[in-house]
Amino acid sequence: MTHAIEVRNVYREFQQRSAMAGLRHKVRAVDGVTFSLPAGDVLGVVGESGCGKSTLARLIMGLLPPTSGEVLVDGRSLSGMDRRERARMIQPVFQDPYSSLNPRQCIRDIVGLPLAAQGDQPKARQADRVMEVLARVGISSEMAERMPGQLSGGQRQRVAIARALVLHPRIVVCDEPTSALDVSVQAQILNLLAELRRELGLTYLFISHNLAVVEHIATEVAVMYLGRIVEQAPVQELFRTPTHPYTKALLASVLTPDPALGIPDVGLGDAYPDPTNIPPGCRFHPRCPSALAKCATTMPDNIRKDGRLVECLLAVPA
Amino acid sequence: MTPVVPDPVLSVANLRVSFGQTEAVRGVTLAVARGETHCLVGESGCGKSVTALSVMNLLPRGIARTADHLRFQGQDLLGMSERQTARLRGDKMAMIFQEPMTSLNPAYTIGSQMSEVFERHRGATRRQAMDRAAELLARVGITAPGMRLGQYPHQLSGGLRQRVMIAMALMCDPELLIADEPTTALDVTVQAQILRLLQKLQQELGLALLLITHDLGVVARMAQRVSVMYAGEVIETGTVAEVFAAPTHPYTRGLLDCIPVPGMTRTGEPLGNIPGVVPRIPLGFIGCGFRDRCTLAMPECAQTVPLRNAGGDHFYLCRLPPDWKRAAAA
Amino acid sequence: MSAIVIVQSRPARRWLPAFRHLATMLGAVIIGAAVLVAIFAPYLTPHDPFAQDLNQRLIPPVWMEGSQPTHLLGTDQIGRDYLSRLIYGTRISMLIGVLTVITSGVIGITLGIIGGFYGGRTDDVVMFLITCRLSIPLILVALTVVALVGSSLAVVILTLGLLLWDRFAVVARTTAMQVRNLDYIAAAQAAGASRLHILLREVLPNIANHLVVVATLEMALAILLEAALSFLGLGVPPPLPSWGLMIAEAKEYMFFSPWVIITPGVALFVLVLGINLLGDGLRDLLGADMRR
Repeated sequence: MTHAIEVRNVYREFQQRSAMAGLRHKVRAVDGVTFSLPAGDVLGVVGESGCGKSTLARLIMGLLPPTSGEVLVDGRSLSGMDRRERARMIQPVFQDPYSSLNPRQCIRDIVGLPLAAQGDQPKARQADRVMEVLARVGISSEMAERMPGQLSGGQRQRVAIARALVLHPRIVVCDEPTSALDVSVQAQILNLLAELRRELGLTYLFISHNLAVVEHIATEVAVMYLGRIVEQAPVQELFRTPTHPYTKALLASVLTPDPALGIPDVGLGDAYPDPTNIPPGCRFHPRCPSALAKCATTMPDNIRKDGRLVECLLAVPA
Repeated sequence: MTPVVPDPVLSVANLRVSFGQTEAVRGVTLAVARGETHCLVGESGCGKSVTALSVMNLLPRGIARTADHLRFQGQDLLGMSERQTARLRGDKMAMIFQEPMTSLNPAYTIGSQMSEVFERHRGATRRQAMDRAAELLARVGITAPGMRLGQYPHQLSGGLRQRVMIAMALMCDPELLIADEPTTALDVTVQAQILRLLQKLQQELGLALLLITHDLGVVARMAQRVSVMYAGEVIETGTVAEVFAAPTHPYTRGLLDCIPVPGMTRTGEPLGNIPGVVPRIPLGFIGCGFRDRCTLAMPECAQTVPLRNAGGDHFYLCRLPPDWKRAAAA
Repeated sequence: MSAIVIVQSRPARRWLPAFRHLATMLGAVIIGAAVLVAIFAPYLTPHDPFAQDLNQRLIPPVWMEGSQPTHLLGTDQIGRDYLSRLIYGTRISMLIGVLTVITSGVIGITLGIIGGFYGGRTDDVVMFLITCRLSIPLILVALTVVALVGSSLAVVILTLGLLLWDRFAVVARTTAMQVRNLDYIAAAQAAGASRLHILLREVLPNIANHLVVVATLEMALAILLEAALSFLGLGVPPPLPSWGLMIAEAKEYMFFSPWVIITPGVALFVLVLGINLLGDGLRDLLGADMRR
């Protein structure tokens, strides 16, 4: 079966030049990620700062080449596609609605850009398609003549979604699409994304630091930490029975609006994840409340069982 | 007809602030008692940050604040000169902000920034100030405080910087701490740690904490009292137990419906949502600011809205009776 | 949701915006007048600026004794009407200003955008070129060029145009570096836009504000430099009425007939002031978004 997205052992390094002594840090933003996403599914990727999820998004969109490993979209290698073909397959929705739209172009031109870049349809057809997709996301034709600065955050994010859909892509990569929005608007956008997925049969890669949002929209969830996927499972299973200590800590940190519960002690200690200084052994061990002595020296294996994946020395395979 | 807080540390009555043609704050009334956390919650543009800045008198030049009264420990803040307010700021009244990277001066060490506050307000020597700074850094859970004093802000992570901000705010033993979205820019695991720290410090020091946030989860877990703001007004207020047990104002209910809760939402079901956008209130606006987005709006909502009591200390600003949800469901 | 930025300004600053507004208007008026004078010069000059009349040498301007109504600003040392020469000089200054800015702008902006946007080795090359350019002494180059090719208006424009692109490049590079990390650039790449489209339609319009400001400053600089070069004999050749040349030719008569030096000096000052005021005003009007 051809999966919509297949990521095989992808690594991505950055050279960080330190301004002071000319020392170069090698940052392994993505440190060996492998997964496959069937068509029509939603993979939620969660993690905190330094985990590499945004870099992963850009790798999958073809905006960054991997240092090693490959990304396959619909069975074909992404690096082999030319820009137009890739644009037809996979499109992004970014986090910040204030910087994802060119402030100097009107909405109509912004949404029409992917069509114009393809260059194979007459202008009239392109214009029709733009209006059609704008109407679908709830942007009136009168608003199409305005500039992004005149629209609210929620409206801009709708425009970004329209732009992503205009070429009928198979896959949409959503990089924290609601994190910069107010709560009431966030719900509107999430509902829209869910509807569109059902209607158009889209496949989503949904990146977020907000676990509750991910649970709402994803079919499968991958938890990233310092460049690797440390746990992956179908969404209900991950939330009901998390295995990796980091996943448990993440879930415990979510503050639900329940006055009786107080603030949980997540037990993670002071250390913070630094991608320029990845700890030896299990990369989570300095913060892990359940760490054993061997966690500091031994890299945990990838344990796959029953469609779940976990990378922890404490998860003993049955 | 508003909650009565005995002997409050901070007392605000009918605060109003306008920016040019827009009313940012339209009659906010709240009080924070000693040892209590009062959360001011709302979405962007509701006026919560402006309220905090008004209390600290940090509004931009030319922007006036008016109120029936604005008192800190019984002292009138409105009538105070800039000099007098400056003496209180950083000393008895402290504030921490959302972005620790821009609140800390990148050109100075942590130690020098922290000691400056103490030297200025208490006339202490460098030595004394540094000792106090080290003591507070340890108090907020920073290991090796001596070393940290010599470091620069960019050498610390976001969570550490925010702890430093808290420590700096505590240098002069404040009575009131105003925290404006202190954990919004942090990772969720760090947020939990910082909030626990704030709670612990508050209990130990008997601080009055005015916590500003957009996150209802933070409100529920941290606060004893809550004021929900929308379009410049407090549309619902009361103890956290009361408001979360029986959210009455349609906006509060709508907001709670919007929030996905892990384990409670079912994939495939749409989230509740509030259609429309947060309005900008022009000068001379009368009536309910929420009426354009409210599914229950009636023509009466364009007139002055009554402040109603939903029992005990629970008040809200709406013409609907407290049991409208039950009546609507019937 | 960004935190509110607190601006504490002293009370005195309240009159500054109004003053700046006035200053910008003044700059715009001066430039506008200069452009009109330059275009309509033949219709405005009472006399031929090249016509010599040795009987009419060094007549003082109208506000001094011994002046003649036919020569409002007097005449120079070989009898040419000064007002006419001044008016034609405006043409030369404006021509120099505009053409130099266009030439240097194209070179500098292209280099700057490419270096700033692509980074890495490309940027290293661009930075190297900028450093080289900054190390070149302008006067020596002008001297060499004149020695090799002779002096003319075209030579001056080319020399200045090929040497004054560094500020364009630096500003274009810095702003392109800031813009390249923004999401709409990534979105355009994901949309399949070509590199050329991205540079011209996504990056350039968003850095244009800053470049316009640089353009006005470079124009003022070009005009002053041409005056300096002409003064040294390395610029526009006589008998062309460049203001710098007029000042040079008037050196010997400076103490007896001061107006021959003062008049073109004042004209130069006013024009450059006008350009700088307009540039400042444009920066305030357009450049404010830098501060976000």
